[in-house]
Amino acid sequence: MQINYYIFLSLALFVIGIVGVLTRRNVIIIFMCIELMLNATNLLLVAFSKMHHLAASKIDAATTVGTDGQLFVFFIMVVAAAEVSVGLAIIVMMYRNIHSVDVNFLNRLKH
Amino acid sequence: MSNSLNIVYLIPLLPLIGFLINGLGRRSLSKSLVSIIGCGVVLASFVLSIWVFLQVKNGNVHVANYFDFISIGSFHIPFAFQIDQLSSIFLLIITGVGFLIHVYSTSYMHHEAPEHFGRYFSYLNLFIFSMLLLVMGANFIIMFIGWEGVGLCSYLLIGYWFKNTEYNKAATKAFVMNRIGDLGFLIAIFWIISKVGSVNFYDVFAVAQGHVEGKTFTTTDITAITLLLFVGATGKSAQIPLYTWLPDAMAGPTPVSALIHAATMVTAGIYMVARSNVLYSMSELSQNVVAIVGLATAILAATIAMKQNDIKKVLAYSTVSQLGYMFLALGVGAYSAGVFHVMTHAFFKALLFLAAGSVIHAMGGEQDIRKMGGLSGKLKTTFITFLIGCIAISGVPPFSGFFSKDAILFAAFEHGPGLYVVALIGAMLTAYYMFRLLIVTFNGKFRGTEEQKTHLHESPPAMTIVLIILAVLSVIGGFVGIPDAIMKGGDKFSEFLSPVIPVKHGPISSFPKENLERLLMAVSTIAALIGILIAWLQFRRYQYKEPNAVGKFLENKWYVDELYEKIIVKPLNFLADVFDRELERSGIDALVNGVGKAVQYGGRQLRWLQSGQVGSYVLLMVISMVLFFVLQFFLRK
Repeated sequence: MQINYYIFLSLALFVIGIVGVLTRRNVIIIFMCIELMLNATNLLLVAFSKMHHLAASKIDAATTVGTDGQLFVFFIMVVAAAEVSVGLAIIVMMYRNIHSVDVNFLNRLKH
Repeated sequence: MSNSLNIVYLIPLLPLIGFLINGLGRRSLSKSLVSIIGCGVVLASFVLSIWVFLQVKNGNVHVANYFDFISIGSFHIPFAFQIDQLSSIFLLIITGVGFLIHVYSTSYMHHEAPEHFGRYFSYLNLFIFSMLLLVMGANFIIMFIGWEGVGLCSYLLIGYWFKNTEYNKAATKAFVMNRIGDLGFLIAIFWIISKVGSVNFYDVFAVAQGHVEGKTFTTTDITAITLLLFVGATGKSAQIPLYTWLPDAMAGPTPVSALIHAATMVTAGIYMVARSNVLYSMSELSQNVVAIVGLATAILAATIAMKQNDIKKVLAYSTVSQLGYMFLALGVGAYSAGVFHVMTHAFFKALLFLAAGSVIHAMGGEQDIRKMGGLSGKLKTTFITFLIGCIAISGVPPFSGFFSKDAILFAAFEHGPGLYVVALIGAMLTAYYMFRLLIVTFNGKFRGTEEQKTHLHESPPAMTIVLIILAVLSVIGGFVGIPDAIMKGGDKFSEFLSPVIPVKHGPISSFPKENLERLLMAVSTIAALIGILIAWLQFRRYQYKEPNAVGKFLENKWYVDELYEKIIVKPLNFLADVFDRELERSGIDALVNGVGKAVQYGGRQLRWLQSGQVGSYVLLMVISMVLFFVLQFFLRK
């Protein structure tokens, strides 16, 4: 399959994520949008990794070129999991304190 | 190379030690201990100076090199002392007369608190130290250090009674006036360094005389350097236009005036010009400038002295006038005559000032001669010594002033009869105002208060003995320089100085030189006697009356101070005000305050960005990230 499709798909996912973060007020939705952006990146990494590896293995079948992109994906997944746990904890605390998950209530941070 | 003269460093070192002990221990040392230390170190220096003088007389001339004072690349300024005929004479004058003034001070300043007494003596010692450094230095830099030192000490001593604002102003005036001259001196030194690459007297004079290959002075260099040096000399030696500080320097204690006027400070300019005589002899223009400024100062100060009513002011202007004579001598090339007059002047001017101090002491601080009169009965020793001083300064033979003044007048005549006539008039004025002072102070009826009359008393022995010694010196001091016209080979003084100052051979006129000199002596003696006679006839029955227009003009010192106030001080103050307003307040201050205001304003405006809305933060973040990407994209290209 052509790399273009992967790029467009990942771009679409990423933009959806950004727009979601910017426009939505519900913290949980924003959180999900962030996950979306992370996974858009993951998709792109895997796609490019596969592409490079295919190109390199045609010259030398035993090569490891391009596999490092897939390794990054695992890292991102681990970081994302950690982030989720922290982020959800914050959201829980937020709900307990102000009985809402609306980010606009967070303007109290200013004071 | 070891030379017995290498220990001359002790001469300035001793007064410095005295300064340190007296200065640091002024709170704990008793008055008598301070006196012993203060006088003792100067006496020790004097004894050493006599020894040095005898060594030099036996032909032992030496430059003692101690260490490199400043060393930059190939340019070295050694810390070295030059001992030769000229400096040994000055050493004797400074330490000898200085010592007598120290002894006198122990009695004169006895009513001061111990702490101030110690401070006074430490300053005196520092003064002697600086002056010794000045005359012993073997290069212009060491000389300059001493030069600045005496300037500082004069400031400290003139402002000794620092609780009086007027005195402080006088001290500041002396300091500032000196600084103006010092600038000229400093520029001259830089000029010499740039041309010669050395400041040692030997090197500089060798280049000037053309003994060094590849290095020469052009006429412009010589003229500029000598004129700049002379600017320095006018400051220190109180010549037109920088002389006004010296009369104001009377604010200090009387022995200080004696020290400044006789042994130290004002002779520095004379010494410097005499030391650089090689340079001055090469520039006719500079010599003429020196001679004319000297003569003009001599006459100007003499006319002012005629109408002053403060005993110390009269003496101060007489010093200015006599210094003018010395510069006249230097200007016409008679350097040894100038130095000779420095020596005799040191004797009789120290005598006159100290005698005046004795009078002031007896009068309980009164300095106005209009309120004195008839003091000769009560103050016998003071009167007689003062009389001797007056005769000596007037130039009556065979007192010391006669010989030195005659040498100057003769040299002036050889240079140009015009100079001679003016100088002769000045000599007559000198006799006139000195005897006016003497007669008004000591003759007639007492014009002070009853309280002062009962208080009148002769000064204690520490003061009168000093006066007597100085009086003897004033009488016999001239015999070392008897001109050839009277006694063949009598002029020991010029002969002694001849290795440093070449004896000048004047043009041989058709009229035999000896007879001419005898004639001139007779003329100047008669002139002095006429001056004395006029003073006697005019002030025999002294009664103060308001001066007429000319008298008023002279009493107010030709309004020179007022003139300086108008043309220099006022415009400077105005300029300072303009700079204060335009540059300082609306320039620099505005800039500094502007930076602060800009930061505050910017902060207030940027505050709106921090709204607390998480959404807007994120939006900004995204926008700026996009911006970075775009920038990166374009910058790569």
